[in-house]
Amino acid sequence: MNTFHRDVEAAIPALRRYARALTRDSEVADDLVQDTLVRALRSEHLFHGGEVRSWLYTILTNLNRNRLRSLSRRPTLTPIEDHDVAAATGPEAGGRDIERALEMLVDEQRTALLLVVLEGLTYREVAEVQGVPIGTVMSRLARARTQIKSYLDGERPTLRRIK
Amino acid sequence: MVDQTPVTEYELHLYVDGELPVGRRDAVEAWLANHAEDAARVASWREQATLIRQRFAHIAEEPVPDKLKLAAITRTRRSWGAIAAAAAIAAFFVGGIAGWVGRGASAAAPSETEVFTSDAMVAHRLYISEVRHPIEVKAEEDHLLPWLSRRVGTTLRAPDLSAFGLKLLGGRLLPGVASPAALFMYEGGSGERYTIYCSKVDAARTSFRYEDNTNFGSVRWIEGNYGWALSGPRDRDLLKSIASAAYDQIENRPPTTKRSSADQLLSRRGS
Repeated sequence: MNTFHRDVEAAIPALRRYARALTRDSEVADDLVQDTLVRALRSEHLFHGGEVRSWLYTILTNLNRNRLRSLSRRPTLTPIEDHDVAAATGPEAGGRDIERALEMLVDEQRTALLLVVLEGLTYREVAEVQGVPIGTVMSRLARARTQIKSYLDGERPTLRRIK
Repeated sequence: MVDQTPVTEYELHLYVDGELPVGRRDAVEAWLANHAEDAARVASWREQATLIRQRFAHIAEEPVPDKLKLAAITRTRRSWGAIAAAAAIAAFFVGGIAGWVGRGASAAAPSETEVFTSDAMVAHRLYISEVRHPIEVKAEEDHLLPWLSRRVGTTLRAPDLSAFGLKLLGGRLLPGVASPAALFMYEGGSGERYTIYCSKVDAARTSFRYEDNTNFGSVRWIEGNYGWALSGPRDRDLLKSIASAAYDQIENRPPTTKRSSADQLLSRRGS
């Protein structure tokens, strides 16, 4: 196994975490990771040094964007978990709320926030993954955080009332 | 002596994310001590980060499922041939739907050119998101071009777009306006995809026309009763340069950018 393969292998757990947070669906997430790995191995010859990890995040981010584009024509599907009213008030409630808050964000904002907060990428790395200037990454982060704050501040009581 | 320059909102983000230069850290902390509203915002951003990590961190601790181990992925790649065969069957059905949707989108007596553009965009949208079966026949397979040329009714060779970092993945046959259409798919180093769509169109010659929607852009032109559409990520200038490189190769003109190998050259017999 060469260095490239070792680096790819080492990144798999983090890719699964990132994909799950992006999609909030474990099957879709693992499919995305699988497709990312297939593509990374197929394009190994196109990889000229640099950070394997950032490159993998870039591929996964692009694949997810392609996936969302093809979904945008179809009716929105609500994950079955959302109907699990008991969970909205149980010990998991905080987790459910943050998932719903993430779900509301525009894709680019969610991606930027998750890469920084969950995956620990620097702003510069996120800018490379998203193919935008650092200033754009910062404004995406700022908008994401403002929206999540108002969701968590305002919407939480409404959700609690569902029961 | 603490720097007294007012703290911006961006600096607060930098601070929370540990990206603030060491020299400004004390200044931001002093600012937060005196600005309760900013301090509350910073606290709420930190709480969000904690919630996100609590919710998802454990996934990275789970054992990696077998299907995601590199050994399994390498095996999957070898069985690509079998996958391609299945894709050909799926393409028959999906292609039919794509053509039908394209027509529905412009029901008020659309011109052939409009139908052509719509078909090209529907095909692009549908197939760029296909991860396992983006194409029907791979670029390396000898029968790709003879087969598509025969069905589309003109001698096709796929333009070489390597000057733009794009590699030809392969192609597929689709229903077109009046006769079959060919779709070539290209891919860049980080997974961005471009397609070239070609079919017979009974319309006069046109120059490049650019069209886009929220997701992607498309440059189309008609030459000698054949319509061509190059689609890819929304970047008008880039799409136009790629389209003109493709056009030069298709029309057999000396390419302006890079000499392309003769066998990659796309030519058309006089029609």
